[in-house]
Parts: sequence; C-alpha cells; structure tokens
Amino acid sequence: MAAHEAAVAAHDDHQTSTGLDNTKLAMWAFLGSECLFFGSMISTYLLYRNNVLDGPTPHEIYDIPYTSVSSFVLLMSSLTMVLALNAIQRRDQRALRSWLLATAFLGLCFIGGQIYEFTTFVHEGLTMSTSTFGSSFFVLTGFHGAHVTVGILMLLTLYGLSLAGKLEGPEGARPVEFIGLYWHFVDIVWIVIFTVVYLVPTE
Amino acid sequence: MLLASCANQSPQDSLSPEGPVAREQDKLWDLTFLIAVVIFFIVELLLVYALVRFRERPGRQAAQFHGNTKLEVLLTVIPSLILAGIAVPTVQTIFDQAEEPEGALQVNVVGKQFWWEYEYVDAGVITANELHIPTDTPVHLTLDGVATEVNGERGVIHSFWVPRLAGAQDVIPGRTTSMNIQADEPGEYEGQCKEFCGLSHANMRLRVIAHEPPEFQTWLAEQQEEAQPPADELAQRGQQIFQETCVACHSIQGVTDSPRNVGPDLTHFASRETFAGAMFPLDEENLRAWMEDPPAVKPGSLMPDYNLSADEIDAVVAFLMGLE
Amino acid sequence: MATVAAPRRGLLARPTAKTGVWGWVTTVDHKKIGILYGVTAFVFFILGGLEAIAIRLQLAQPNGDVLTAEAYNQFFTMHGITMIFLVVMPFGVALMNFFIPLMIGARDVAFPRLNAFSYWCFALGGVFIYSSFFFGGAPDGGWFGYAPLSVQLPGAGMTYYSLGLQILGIASLAGAVNFIVTILNMRAPGMTLMRMPVFIWMVLVTSFLLLFAMPVIAVALFQLMFDRVFEANFFNPAAGGDPLLWQHLFWLFGHPEVYIMILPAMGIVSDVLPTFARKPIFGYAAIVFAGAAIGFMGWGVWAHHMFATGLGPVANSAFALTTMFIAVPTGVKIFNWLGTLWGGQIRFKTPMLFAIGFVAMFIIGGLSGVTHAIVPHDRQQTDTYYVVAHFHYVLFGGAIFGIFAGLYYWWPKIFGRLLSEKLGKLHFWLMFIGFNLTFGPMHIVGLQGMPRRTYTYPDNMGWDLMNMIETVGAVVIAVSILVFLFNAVVTRKRGEVATADPWDARTLEWSIPSPPPEYNFKEIPLVKDRDDWWHRKYAPTPEGEPVRVFAGGADVEADDDDGHGIHLPSPSYFPVVASAGLPVMGWGVVYTAWPVVALGGLVTLLGIFGWAFEPSAEEDH
Repeated sequence: MAAHEAAVAAHDDHQTSTGLDNTKLAMWAFLGSECLFFGSMISTYLLYRNNVLDGPTPHEIYDIPYTSVSSFVLLMSSLTMVLALNAIQRRDQRALRSWLLATAFLGLCFIGGQIYEFTTFVHEGLTMSTSTFGSSFFVLTGFHGAHVTVGILMLLTLYGLSLAGKLEGPEGARPVEFIGLYWHFVDIVWIVIFTVVYLVPTE
Repeated sequence: MLLASCANQSPQDSLSPEGPVAREQDKLWDLTFLIAVVIFFIVELLLVYALVRFRERPGRQAAQFHGNTKLEVLLTVIPSLILAGIAVPTVQTIFDQAEEPEGALQVNVVGKQFWWEYEYVDAGVITANELHIPTDTPVHLTLDGVATEVNGERGVIHSFWVPRLAGAQDVIPGRTTSMNIQADEPGEYEGQCKEFCGLSHANMRLRVIAHEPPEFQTWLAEQQEEAQPPADELAQRGQQIFQETCVACHSIQGVTDSPRNVGPDLTHFASRETFAGAMFPLDEENLRAWMEDPPAVKPGSLMPDYNLSADEIDAVVAFLMGLE
Repeated sequence: MATVAAPRRGLLARPTAKTGVWGWVTTVDHKKIGILYGVTAFVFFILGGLEAIAIRLQLAQPNGDVLTAEAYNQFFTMHGITMIFLVVMPFGVALMNFFIPLMIGARDVAFPRLNAFSYWCFALGGVFIYSSFFFGGAPDGGWFGYAPLSVQLPGAGMTYYSLGLQILGIASLAGAVNFIVTILNMRAPGMTLMRMPVFIWMVLVTSFLLLFAMPVIAVALFQLMFDRVFEANFFNPAAGGDPLLWQHLFWLFGHPEVYIMILPAMGIVSDVLPTFARKPIFGYAAIVFAGAAIGFMGWGVWAHHMFATGLGPVANSAFALTTMFIAVPTGVKIFNWLGTLWGGQIRFKTPMLFAIGFVAMFIIGGLSGVTHAIVPHDRQQTDTYYVVAHFHYVLFGGAIFGIFAGLYYWWPKIFGRLLSEKLGKLHFWLMFIGFNLTFGPMHIVGLQGMPRRTYTYPDNMGWDLMNMIETVGAVVIAVSILVFLFNAVVTRKRGEVATADPWDARTLEWSIPSPPPEYNFKEIPLVKDRDDWWHRKYAPTPEGEPVRVFAGGADVEADDDDGHGIHLPSPSYFPVVASAGLPVMGWGVVYTAWPVVALGGLVTLLGIFGWAFEPSAEEDH
C-alpha cells in the first residue's frame, strides 16, 4: 500500500526526522481521529440508551452470552493477527497467509454474528426508528461492524499482496504491521463498546 | 461603531434598554465596548505609527532583534488582567439573570411555525404574537418548543427576542427554558424570532405591549371572556364557514369545542393590532389578502389556501373582525 | 535518464503523462496538486461571491424582491458552505501543498497519492454539493444545519449537505494525516521543530485540529443522514431526540474549524511581515506557542455558540471565561506582529499590504469576539448581523486577506512571474475599502436588532441606509476580485519574470528556482538556522547589522542538470478513481437508489485495490 510510496519518497534520506516510519505515524494519527469518531458515537449512545419509548429496553433485548461469544471470537482474531505479523517477520510467507486468512475468518464470524444479532433485534421490535436507543445502538455497532469489514478487506488485500510476491524483502513486514495496528484498534474499540453498551446496566 | 450609540429610530435597538433585564445586559456591553474601543485605538495607532516610522528609507538598516521577553510577558499579563476585570461582572450578571424573580407574572410561551403562542397560566388566557405585560412587574417566561407532531406541524428551534426588554432565549422542542423580561414604561416593544426556523423566519415577528398594571388587569379580564357572538348576518355566515373549515387548526372560546393550537387562538382576534406572526397590521384589507392565499404572502405558512370565494372571505373577515 | 528503459506496461502500469489533461489528472506532484487546489478553490470563490452578491442585492432595500425566501435560504446556506469548506480551507491547503515540502526542504509530501486523493475528494465533493442546484434544490438549512429543522426541511438539499460535507471531510482528514506526517517526518537535516517557519507550525496545529474535529462532525452528519434517509430518531424531539446534541457535536467541530481557517493565514502573515520588514519575527517561540495554545483552547469554547440555548449559569460562566481567555494568545500574536514591524525597514509591496490589512482587520474581529463572551449581552448579539460582522472580520478580513497575502507573496515562486504591483495595490485598496463598507455597518445594524438569516426586513426598522452601504461595499469587493483576475491573466505571459528570490526573503522555498523543478531541491539542504536562507545570504557584522555574503537568489537558476537520478513518485490513476466513487455513492443515498450506492462503492474499492497493487515506479526500471 502506501508503504511503497513512502519508501520512494524517503529514498534519498533513508531516515525520517523523528525516526518513526511514515506510514506508522500516519496510522497512529488516523487512529487518534477514530477515537473521536467512536467517542462521539458512544457519547450519543449513553445519552440515548434509556429512551426506549414503546420499544424494547437494552436489558430486554441484549443476549449477553451470545455477544460474549462473538466478542471472544473478535478478541481471538487479534491473537491470530499477532501470529501473522510474527510469521512475516520470520519471512514465512505461507504462515503469514494462513494467519491472515484465520484473522479474516474470525472477523467474518464476528460480522456474521452481528448480522444475526441485528436480524433478531429487528424481529423483536427494535429498529433504527423505534426509539433513540434503537437509532444510537444500530448506528454505533453498525459503524463498528463497518470498520471490521474494512479490516477484513485490508487483510485480504495483504493476502493478495503476499501471493503477488509484494511482501518479500525487509520492507514486507511493514504493511502487515500497520494493518495489524488498525485491526487491534478496532478490537479495542469493541471491548469498550461491549462494556459500555452491553455490560453496564441501564436505569 | 460609534455611530451605533447615536443611532435611533430603531424599534429593535439592543442598545436602548427599556427595562431592568436589558439594562443590566447593556451595562456589561458599555463596559466591554469602552475597553474594546480604547484597545482598538491604542493598537491600531501603534500599527500605523510603526508603518510610518519604520517605512523603508535609504541608508537605514532594519534592527535585527528577535524578541523581548519582559515586554512579551507584560503584554500577556495585561490583557489577562483586563479580561479578568470583564469576567467578574459578567459572571455576576449571568447568575443574577438566571434566577426567577419573586412575584413574577407567569406566562408560557410556545414557538410555533412562524408565530408565537402565549398562555397566562393563572388567568387561563391564551393569545398569540402580542404579549401584554404590566409595567414595573417582572415577567417570567417559560418557553417550550413543539415536540410532538400535530396536523403536520413538527417543531423546530425558535428564539424569543425583544431587544429593548431582554436578550434572546432559544425555544427548543423537547426542552423547557425560561427567561425574565420587564418593562419600565407602557409602550410597544418590537421583537422577532432570532433562530433560523425555515422559510418565514424573517416573518416570525412579535411585540410586547406594556400597560400600567390596572390597565393590564382590565385587558386580562377581557381576554378571559368568551368570544362575542356574530353581530350581523354576514358575520354569522362567516362563523359557519369558520366552523366548517378553520376549526381544524384554530380555537375560539365559546365557538369551537376541542382546543386546537396549530394556528393561533382567535377568541379575541380583533383586539390585536397585528396578525400572522405580527407580520401584518390587522385591518380588513390585509386580512382579505391573507385569506386569499396565505403561503403566497407568508412563505412556508402552514395555513393553506382554502380557495374561499370572495364572498366567503368577506363573511369570515366580518366574523373575525367582530371578535373584540 | 530514467525514461530510457521503457516502463513495463501491465494492467496496473502507472501513467506516464507529465503534461496535458492526463498529466494533471494523474499527478501526484505536490506542486501541481497545490495549483489544482488553488484553481478549484478560486472557482468556488467566484460562485460563493456571486451568492453573496445575490444576498446583498436582496437585502439592499427593505422588502426586497430579488430572491424568493426559498432561493434566499439556499443562497445563504451555500454561501456559508462554499466559503468555509470550498474556499478558505482548500485555499489554505493549496498553499500548504505547494509550500510545506519547499519550506522544510523535502521533495514531496509523505504520501503523494493520498494527497491527490484528498484533492479529488475535495473537488468532487464540491461538485456533488453544487449538483443539488440542478437536482431539486440546494441545502437550505444553513451551513450550521441546526436540527430538527435540518431533518424536516423538504427536498434533497440537506441530504446533499449531510453527504457532501462527509466527502469534504474525508479530503480534510486525509490531508491532515498527510501534512502531520510530512511536517514531523520529512524535514531536511537540521530543520528542527523550533527552526520551522511559523507557517509550517500553524499548518501542523491546523492539521491536528482537523484530525480531531473532522470525526466529530462526521458523526453528527451521519446522524443527520440516518434521520433524514432512514427515519432514525437522533434529533426527533417527538421520540426523545435532543436537538442540542446536534449543536454540541456541530460546535465541538465548528469552533476548532474557525481556527482551522484562521491559523494558516496567521502563519502566512508571520512569514510575510518579517520578509518585508527585513527583520526576524519578533518572539518566535511566543508566536508558535500562542498558535498551539489557540489550538488547545479552541476545544474548550464551543458552547459560546449556544449561550441563548439555556445551558444554565454554571456552563455559561465557564464558557464565558474560556472564550475571554482565548483572546490572550490571540493578543500575543498581534503584539508580536507589531514587534516584528518595529524597527524594521518596511517595504510596502502588495503581499505586505494584505498582511498589514490582515493585522488591522483581525484586531477588530478579535475585539468583537471578546464582546461575545459577555454572556448576558451576547444574548442580544447572537444571531444578529453583529455576529455576521464579527466573523467576516475574522474570516474575510483575516483569513481571506491572509490568503491573498500568501498568493501575492508566493505567486512568483509558483508561476515564475510576478504579479503587477500596480494592479495588486489597486486590488488591495478596493478590497480593503469594499470589505469595510460591507462588514463595518453590519456591526451597527446588528446592534440595532437586525437578525441574520432573514430574507427580508420591514421598512420602519432604521436599517435601510446601512444595508444599502453594505451592498455597495459588496460590489466594490467584486470589482477588486476582477482586478485580481485581470492581474493574473495579463501577467501570465507579460509579467516580470521572477528570480528565485524576488522579495529577498528568509525561508528555504526561495533558495530554489522559480518555478521550482519537479524534484524541488537538487540536493536536500542542510539547515543550520531559523530563517536559514536569510542567514546564507547575510552574515552579521560585529554591530549585528546584516551584510550580504554572496550575490543572492538570482543566480540559483536551474542549470543543465535535470535531476537525473532523483526518484520521484510516479503519477497514478487510482486516487481519482477511488474518490470518484464517493459522489456516486452520495447520489445513490440521496435518491435511495441502492444499486447506484453499490456501484459507487465498487468504484472506490477498485480504486483502492488498484492503489495497493499498482507497481511503485522503482520496480519498473
């Protein structure tokens, strides 16, 4: 990805002023921005979660054991992501690809779980237009799901880059590391969402 | 900006307070404005002086200094102190004006789509656009927006503002806010909605009419009465048309059954000086023009064109103009 | 020469055109992108200006009938959106793009393709919003889009608003990340943070503000979109939605946004004043820290836009205090600019006039800003023309004057020819007079009780004369812009050819030829001082007076070396492809045509995949 470009741009001065890799710095900056994005969404949810009108309350509708399992699946994907990075650092492309696929698969399981959860909620009478609780719940968790989906696409892109032989050489681990940062961030955000949205009791 | 103080003839001049609330606000302005003007002249004159004094002249070199820490610290501390000086009375006034004065007349205000509804809580009177108040008496306004949808009207934010009596207070659907106003002298004080609320934001005007307390009591007593019956046949026909058409949105005590408040309560319509969000002076000609096609003269008006014939309009006008 | 070996052509081969339409479309050169930004922003400046003229004609007299209420609401909304998101911000970005690398001694920005992507998102986002005029009406709920009105307004206008600003937000966010990394990481050896030009510092602060402000408005805009398109309840009071949530989110973005617009202009002025006073900036550290302080404090003042909403006395007092004290670092800057002029040898060239105009006007805007902090009286001022006057003194008298200072200052570097001084000065004086005629009287009518955002006013309010003066002033401003355009056109071919350093300036961009070669610096400079270029030209005598040490900039012209061996990023099709999908998705959502949304998503996705998989040019040689 952008790593090539940075490599070209940095060609003449090999080292950056701060010593940090350009793309890594960019990823950190972007994740900082994402914190505000999810922060605003979570604040909205906290403001609205007790307002259910005639619709179901959070307490009635959440299936904590079910969501705990899917949360666990997503957490495990962070582990496989670490293993993928470890593989490329050992220059083991085959292991890298396996772990990338495993991570993407776990991510997909989580997304599948979320789709099932949304469907169930809609059947039980909670939609985006039911109440402000419904609006803020679906938009918050939906955007998190979208982030996971984007992450899966990036993992698959890495898989493709590896197949195309573009992750060879000493620079090859960098894109994996950066996308790993994103993936871990999305997982951490889920831990916050799971705690704040599902576990913290409402009035 | 100095011109502002000598300007006049502006019925909504915020710098000509006519009651204690606006006066306290104006005092803060006078203080801050004075300081701002002094700083303005000092700094701009320094700028002009520097530009003239240090313009390029042959044979002179620019002084190559990088800063002056003492001066910089001084120029940070002085503005801070000045600001602290403004902050103290500001915070005091904020807290003073947030309190509800004792013995205040209670009026509920609702911001509607391009007009104002007033309810005198104790007297049980509902009127529109023209807020009557007694002089020298604090008036506590409780402001509500329209939260639920009625007859296609969904609430938006408005802001109640009568500059010569008090600064604005937003009227927010789903929230209740409050403000105090008070007038020293009898008179009419103009104001208007100050939060952008759609097509006729510009036409959502209002006025406050202050009376000596005894006159105010008389007015209030009159408003408590039911509507006057139609005086002649034409007005009677007007009432009939009203009951077939207008009742969907308007109430008239003694004429209509269930209260409606999409449009203003018209029980004592003819006692008002203006109508349609205080946009037009109330006379037969304006009223006729209005009823021919309300959205044409007031963009976005919720009152539709009922395609009444000229005769029907005459009848309704006769009926309404009899509602003293 | 690098092009001797013909590049391997494959499905994903990188484009090679350096000139012509494709050269511009596929360029990743920060200088060309900067020019694209500038030209596009100028086109929008004309559009936003025409909207302003229409508004002023309508309000020239009471009961005006130039515009209907519908048209007026669209025009004032689009004027705000245009001037903020499509003019002041991108104009700043245009200059940032061109000059960040030149001023820090780099060959390009950190992510050239991301840079191109930013530009195309901005340009296409602007096209998307303006397309609403042809598809059933432009946004008409104000640039501030207050809910629940913005949810309820019929037509597609506010849906365009919610999606269009989102696309522009992507452009800003990508740009911010890019500039942060560029400034932190790509500085020439020796260019320590405290040696950076003030402009670069202000860009850094601005970029951080964008980084943290954009996601907040993104969330608000998404909520608005879900309310409008998917019947969500975020701002629906009937379902318990809180209209104030929008205001908090909007102004939590909106107030830093004000500093996003003004800080780059402050940076420009901080570089122009020392050049034309022939002195180093007074109190460099103070001016930098003041900028950073404004950046931090800018996050704590948002509710001063909401003093009339009834937040309660405690919140009102707190925000009154923060609003007052953000004036302190602003004042520090003004004093430092005065200190910079003090003792100088001031040359009144056009860029200097605009910079001085900036300082003079910004003083007024700053002082009227302090008067907003006295909450009880702010409830009189808020939503009147007094506020309109205030922020035009900051954003026009401030930001736009600063941008024109930068344009006149850097024009010779960008295009290799100087703008005419005569026409430039005419432009300045017309604009200065027109500006004050337009916005000065607004202070007065505002205090006389004229509310903003009203399409008409009755004739007995005492506002007639001032409104007429304002309209005349607006026309004078329009004429001044025509003078600028004329200046730009006639000097393109016939203007004085610029040397490398026509102003005898201080910073690195003046050490290379005008216009700069594609690779910027033949050799990456080794920086030893703040104002390094000045110190290379002048050495101090024992008395501290500068003495010229060599002939200066004029002989730093390009020689026969065409930059052989310097690797530059290759052009790419994919930034434009990736951004092209976004407005398509937008139109799809506006008309709830899901296949169109899918198509747009697919285009963007293909663009990104192509981006990831295309060869870096290096491998082709």
